Amino acid sequence: MSAHRPLPRWADIALLPALNLLLAFLVSGLVVLLVGENPFHAIQVILYGAFGYGDGFGYTLYYATNFIFTGLAVAVAAHAGLFNIGGDGQAYVAGLGAVVVALALDQTHWLIAMPLAVIAAGAVGGFWAFVPGWLQAKRGSHVVITTIMFNFIASALMVYMVNRVLKPASTMAPESETIEVAGRVPQLRQFFSFFGYSPVNLSIVIAIAALIGVYILIWHTKFGYAMRVLGANPTASRYAGISNSKMIMITMTISGALAGMVAINEVMGVQNRLVLDFVAGAGFVGIAVALMGRNHPIGIALAAILFGALYQGGQELQFVIPGITREMIVVIQALVILFTGAMEGLFRPSLERAFMLLSPEQKSEAIAVSTAKPES
Amino acid sequence: MNTQRPETAAASAPANGWAIELEKINKRFGAVHANKDIDLKIARGTIHGIVGENGAGKSTLMSILYGFYTADSGTIRVNGAEANIADSRQALALGIGMVHQHFMLVDNFSVLENIVLGAEDSGFLKPSLNRARKELDRLEKEYGLEVDPDAIIEDISVGQQQRVEILKALYRGAETLILDEPTGVLTPKEADDLFRVLETLRAQGKTVILITHKLREIMAITDNVSVMRQGQMVATVKTSETSPEELAELMVGRRVLLRVDKTAANPGKTLLEVQNLVVADDMGVTRVKDVSFAIRAGEIVGIAGVSGNGQSELLESITGMRDQKSGTVVLNGKPLSLEGDDGAARARQAGLAHVPEDRQRMGLVTTFQEWENAILGYHDKPAYGSGAFLDIAAAKKAAADQVKLFDVRPANINLKSSLFSGGNQQKIVLAREMEQDPDVLVIGQPTRGVDIGAIEFIHNEIIKMRDEGKAILLVSVELDEIRSLADRILVMFDGVIVGEADPATATEGELGLMMAGINKTAPRTIGIAEQGPLP
Repeated sequence: MSAHRPLPRWADIALLPALNLLLAFLVSGLVVLLVGENPFHAIQVILYGAFGYGDGFGYTLYYATNFIFTGLAVAVAAHAGLFNIGGDGQAYVAGLGAVVVALALDQTHWLIAMPLAVIAAGAVGGFWAFVPGWLQAKRGSHVVITTIMFNFIASALMVYMVNRVLKPASTMAPESETIEVAGRVPQLRQFFSFFGYSPVNLSIVIAIAALIGVYILIWHTKFGYAMRVLGANPTASRYAGISNSKMIMITMTISGALAGMVAINEVMGVQNRLVLDFVAGAGFVGIAVALMGRNHPIGIALAAILFGALYQGGQELQFVIPGITREMIVVIQALVILFTGAMEGLFRPSLERAFMLLSPEQKSEAIAVSTAKPES
Repeated sequence: MNTQRPETAAASAPANGWAIELEKINKRFGAVHANKDIDLKIARGTIHGIVGENGAGKSTLMSILYGFYTADSGTIRVNGAEANIADSRQALALGIGMVHQHFMLVDNFSVLENIVLGAEDSGFLKPSLNRARKELDRLEKEYGLEVDPDAIIEDISVGQQQRVEILKALYRGAETLILDEPTGVLTPKEADDLFRVLETLRAQGKTVILITHKLREIMAITDNVSVMRQGQMVATVKTSETSPEELAELMVGRRVLLRVDKTAANPGKTLLEVQNLVVADDMGVTRVKDVSFAIRAGEIVGIAGVSGNGQSELLESITGMRDQKSGTVVLNGKPLSLEGDDGAARARQAGLAHVPEDRQRMGLVTTFQEWENAILGYHDKPAYGSGAFLDIAAAKKAAADQVKLFDVRPANINLKSSLFSGGNQQKIVLAREMEQDPDVLVIGQPTRGVDIGAIEFIHNEIIKMRDEGKAILLVSVELDEIRSLADRILVMFDGVIVGEADPATATEGELGLMMAGINKTAPRTIGIAEQGPLP
């Protein structure tokens, strides 16, 4: 009889991710060692590059902003039992909404342009996720498949839109007209010189608001309750009179809108125009962020900062240690995603066993629970 | 016990010897003693029926014989030699094959491929298939089991699929075939065909063990029959020396009734009316066939029946969880609109509460804390928060009240629901549904998997609801429960209400016969309820 008991909450939220991260760094260290560099020096460079000075920290926060949005997008869908892999595509097409509003209102004020662009980007990103949601709710096509396909459609659509519709005749580069004045989201460096030349901007305020908003949505609204019922037990949600099809469509729309906020950060905050492939895989990093953050806003914030630090520290690493190339950085980032995301359950069984060995009461309780099961 | 007849069939060794001998088989699952000192001898070349109510231990016993479970104690002899059957491969090697209730076939493979699957005799498929085709041809001829070997499984009928299962067992050299509820999925004609096949098998010297709860089939085809009840082998008799009435009595037994203190019902106006309801299951098979009945305020109507005769689909469609093909449900004089996947919400708003048959799959979200389950289905009510927000304090207060009123243990509303025992989980569901003051309460299997103490409590709560003037529809596979709680009993068989009985006068034997679909015109049957409500 395999009696097992779920881990204590703190171990699940803190210990397990920490162990996974440790393993990821260990293997990464081996890789660094293999190319003949000192792993401790590498870690030192990463940490300094990500947190050690204003510019670096600013970049970390800028990356983290994107990851918060895409992480939340994955988490919201996950609470309803949906796996939205299409954050990348949703963020990408949301760029259309952002750039159109930003260019149209470029001569007004950012206080007008930014909120409207948020709505527009959210609407377009939301729509891009609503369609797969509708297909699952009404036609039974699984969102995992359709959201992946929608990533490809988004990518093709955007190449067309940028080259044929948005590109001014005067330029050769595949990009939209430049946003000059009010369509730009103010940079944090305008208020705090500490951030140097880093591109962290007011979008991070939207990210923080989104973290709080998602927390309230999931745990303090009736909609969030229904969402969690659907995610935990779709039969029970039908029993409770919750319309599963409606829930799937609305949840996917919210998820897509959150992913769409990446466009605000990138298009209006950093690039000041729509460029090809501005999302740069943030949608996929969001999956790892949500997994590592246990779909909880606090966890997502921390995981987003971790990944932001890896991105920024990694950039720094290739400058400081020429032996470690750009590709090596990608390998290290991939290892972290692998161990904290894809293989996040690696240590769970042994950790559960360890906890049971440490505490006999827990063991007896676990056995009592698992033997009581056939009765009900 | 005068029903315990001597094991006449087992007294002397038969001409062909014993195919299977089971001696003192015991099997426990936790606190449940599923098989108690089972003795069973099956003569070679006969069809041996095993009957019993749900949970009597038939399936467990056959699973032990087929190697799915290992007995805690006891001996098995196959063809006179002691056998140790650890898995189904060994069972097959001993010539024991099984045809499961739910077929184990690969839908998009051909008949031939399914038969060879797992019994390929070389690394390459082609030679195996060719050899199998010849062998299959021989088997089909010998036993009159015609099936097109190249047909794809999903294209052939259920009856044909069953033949494939039988052929699969024969192909693997089965001398003894176990069939678990083989006619449950068949049409009457397919069932007749199956019986012809079984007779041919017997004529060819094979042994057949037939597990069923349909006494008609037992009488029609078996040579000997064994009756199980509550994990014990009650009797083994020659079929020619018994009658369906006697078997029904043996099956149901003379258990002590769980007496419930209740006064006579005082029914008022009609609260729930079901008219010409037709419902299909997930596979599209019609499970409820034109069912009509009415329930009045202050009465409990029990639906008795062997499980799988459409009761679940009936419950789910009345409560808005399953689309109905046609028919109407009228609640309090108003027709209920139950279409769409949020039909359950409208049913609740209209005053219909539902305690589902399967509390863990439907009635609870087991990963939620207790208080979160205390508002499931009612979370949209203004009492639990105005507008979009959830008033957690109000929900927790409601949960605390429910826990206290229904004596849920432990009385901790922050505990994860999966950590409560079956009985306490059921109390959580009952408390939630009853405390919303519904007009009609629909209850499925109120005490399944619930310990004795909680059963009494739950029964008393149901009676209390009735005395408050609610209409209660009760579905249970426990005949005792229906008999002691219901004021009227409707018997359901094969999707149809085959009769109505007065629990005060109907005997268990009579009800058992109606449940088994025999004698549709039992003396006390007065047709469906709408023709004549009780005085």
